[in-house]
Amino acid sequence: MTTVATEVPGFLDLAIQFGLIVASGVTLLVGYRVIQGPTTPDRVVALDTIGTNVVAIAVLFALATGRGLFVTVSLVLAIIGFISTIAVARYVTEGDIIE
Amino acid sequence: MSELGLLRAGVVTALIIIGSFFLVVGTVGLLRFPDVYNRLHSTSKATTLGAASIFLAGFVFFGPGGYGLTSLVGIVFLFLTAPTGGHVISRAAKRMGVEFYGQAEWPKEVSESDD
Repeated sequence: MTTVATEVPGFLDLAIQFGLIVASGVTLLVGYRVIQGPTTPDRVVALDTIGTNVVAIAVLFALATGRGLFVTVSLVLAIIGFISTIAVARYVTEGDIIE
Repeated sequence: MSELGLLRAGVVTALIIIGSFFLVVGTVGLLRFPDVYNRLHSTSKATTLGAASIFLAGFVFFGPGGYGLTSLVGIVFLFLTAPTGGHVISRAAKRMGVEFYGQAEWPKEVSESDD
């Protein structure tokens, strides 16, 4: 834990905690659309939004801990979310992902 | 880097608050809009802007090298992939025959062609 001893001001720490709480609550709310969404594209859109929110949460976690490694984690999460969105959309339309 | 300047901390705070605001806006749109296409409009713009703002906060926090550069790459990647994903999902929704809300219709040229 002694990697980067960042001495951040108090209001920045408060803002990071606030951002983490807001992003987490918003992600939970999007889950309603995943469960309730009338059609399959609704669910795909909601899952994509969850992916974007989790990316934001990872960046905020990197800020909170002062470890920049989690920025890379967020980048990988973004890539995985994009690929999964493309795969689901392709499966819905073509009926097959890799032909 | 062990001590963050007051100005930089203020900029990071402002970017985090702006990003949280846009995340909330995108989620309210996703929950309240009546249609797949409207929901896509809300999430693919507002949520992407919120995440990009938080990425920018990471860039300001970590400085212009190393992980800050990774944050900039994340912004570019997000701006490239979010419109692509939205387009693909909306095309899939049209192929599945998801109807518009209300009296809106597809234009004639678009409904004739396959894309």
